[in-house]
Amino acid sequence: MAPPPATAVADAMNPPVRPQDSQANIDIMAVTKGFHWPWLIALLFALSGVGLAAATLAWQTYEGLGVAGYQAPVFWGVYIITFVFWIGIGHAGTLISAILYLFRAKWRNAINRGAETMTVFAVLTAALFPLIHIGRLWKFYFLLPYPNQRYLWVNFKSPLLWDVFAVNTYLTISVLFFLVGLIPDIAIARDRAVGWKKVVYTILSAGWQGTGKQWKAHSRAVLHLSGLATPLVLSVHSIVSWDFAMSIVPGWHATIFAPYFVAGAIFGGFAMVIVVMVPVRRIFRLEAYITDYHFENMSRFILFTSLICGYAYGAEYFIAWYSAVEFEQTSFWQRAFGPYWFSTWCMIIFNVVMPQALWIKKLRTNIPFLFVLCFFINLGMWFERYVIIITSLSREYIPAAWGLYIPSLVEMIVLTGSFCWFSMFFLLYLKMFPIIAISEVKELDIHARDHARHDAHAAHASGGAH
Amino acid sequence: MTIDNDKCTGCSACITACYVENNVSIVGEKQALMHREMTWLRIERYVGDGDDDASLDSERRPIPSGETLGGTQVRHLPMLCQHCGAAPCEAVCPVIATYHNDEGINGMVYNRCVGTRYCANNCTYKVRRFNYFDYGRKNWPGLLGLMLNPDVTVRGQGVMEKCSFCVQRIETARQPAKDAGKPIADGAVKTACQQSCPSDAISFGNVRDKASAPSQRAQQGAARAYHALQVLNTRSAVTYLGQVRREES
Repeated sequence: MAPPPATAVADAMNPPVRPQDSQANIDIMAVTKGFHWPWLIALLFALSGVGLAAATLAWQTYEGLGVAGYQAPVFWGVYIITFVFWIGIGHAGTLISAILYLFRAKWRNAINRGAETMTVFAVLTAALFPLIHIGRLWKFYFLLPYPNQRYLWVNFKSPLLWDVFAVNTYLTISVLFFLVGLIPDIAIARDRAVGWKKVVYTILSAGWQGTGKQWKAHSRAVLHLSGLATPLVLSVHSIVSWDFAMSIVPGWHATIFAPYFVAGAIFGGFAMVIVVMVPVRRIFRLEAYITDYHFENMSRFILFTSLICGYAYGAEYFIAWYSAVEFEQTSFWQRAFGPYWFSTWCMIIFNVVMPQALWIKKLRTNIPFLFVLCFFINLGMWFERYVIIITSLSREYIPAAWGLYIPSLVEMIVLTGSFCWFSMFFLLYLKMFPIIAISEVKELDIHARDHARHDAHAAHASGGAH
Repeated sequence: MTIDNDKCTGCSACITACYVENNVSIVGEKQALMHREMTWLRIERYVGDGDDDASLDSERRPIPSGETLGGTQVRHLPMLCQHCGAAPCEAVCPVIATYHNDEGINGMVYNRCVGTRYCANNCTYKVRRFNYFDYGRKNWPGLLGLMLNPDVTVRGQGVMEKCSFCVQRIETARQPAKDAGKPIADGAVKTACQQSCPSDAISFGNVRDKASAPSQRAQQGAARAYHALQVLNTRSAVTYLGQVRREES
């Protein structure tokens, strides 16, 4: 299917008064200027959460992982759940910036920067969790294949090692992509900054002057990085899913895991974009740039990926029954009706049932509704990983070794801390760099103006003929 | 190793011997209630005819609902590391802290372990134990350390451990055998559990030697011989001889 022309998209957005180019600079840069109470309160809250979590983690490292709620046979808990959760969140950004870029879906232009920012910080958050989770944090470098005299090497057969590479690759590419995309906007910030900020912006803007040659090089760079990032959207979460699928644990050992996780990641990621962008738009008055049209498009993505998730949930149960493997059947029975039934039904209701409301256009453009829905979707996605990890592990092959896991206070503090850590970065970013890609928003306007001029000509010509 | 379940009375002397021989930590009541016990060997009790209802309120331990006071329909299954030929734990360790040696022992390198605990998740028998705290220092502070078996490492905080088939005893037997230029003789190595079993349910030796005691026992009891969860094809090194109920025989 051919992508819709940019002009049609720009028309569809149809803000009451489309801001002029110079106005866009001012409006969007205004986010970084001035003083916003909600921002300060949020930042203080985030910082205290990060501090508390850091202290808790220091204690955990000193005392031992026993302070977390692990109970045999559940050896993975909230930390791994939260790792998968944040890695998933980090997928929407790259999808929006790379895949939608390659498909020339121009509507992404106003939200792509926010989504990319979210990606980078979500991956930064996720990358902490494998470290938090291991028993001997101080030996984390054993996981890297570094040359050493004792010929110790890593196990390339282990999915956990693939994870190390997948996450690091993803972090590298998304940071690069993010920084390259930022260059023209940093240049705008540079032109308005004074003092030490000017020095930082000057370095980051890499000598950007906005010449034709630079624009050409820039768009080539973005294109190539999109090409690199696109397969990563699919590969990273596939590899994360293989942490489970490659094992022998009933409930984990399933071939559907890779597409299932990727769809879930995009689903949860888009929900997170909405949860983050709704308050940002409201507090910083960006309604002229991020319109209902954007939210509606994202809702469509959410609806679509929700259906894929629903299919995957159904397929898992069907295959468990159809396989006639008792272990699988028991595992899935335990999921729905065992001691963790609560998490399973939360997952199904939040991720599959509730998003069906998005079939209705009025609800797709109802921002408060979307915000609440997306909050529940994020909760549902966290529960999805809870279901997969905890219920599968708690009741495996040998009934003599069954057990129940209850997260401890320590894990809850760290989980909250991860949200604070993410918010801290995001809030600081808001005050330092433009949250909307100014140059790309302008690009849309230019297309629209060309189109308008073209239309006027055409009307004139046809009018003359009559 | 061959374990004759029919001989097992569930007396748990093997467990005690294992704790002493291998410096296994004692975790205390609170931790034990969270199923964090470090025992390398446990005796599973199965009550009734094996048709377990897996009732949802049974938190752990098989079918307590089937057990009645004075009931005798109990089957014991001593469960320890099976030293699988195709071990699920080995493939998933990112740092090769658990590996297979050429004698078929599934080894644990404590110094290499970073504690991802993936091995324990993937162990189908759930015999791997994790050091959630620095149990060693708490259990044997100061001079109490002198009560430890000097041939066995005390595991530190954050590493995985499990049954080693008393590898220190195998190593002790290796040097005299090497001096004599012969392989280790059958019966030269006795594991702690085997040594302490009053009903001689456990026999240990080289299972690839058809004349060795465990192989002989497995052959003699071929009709009763099975591997735990053999449907998973982990090629476990422990052969169990099933328990026969008197009315069945």
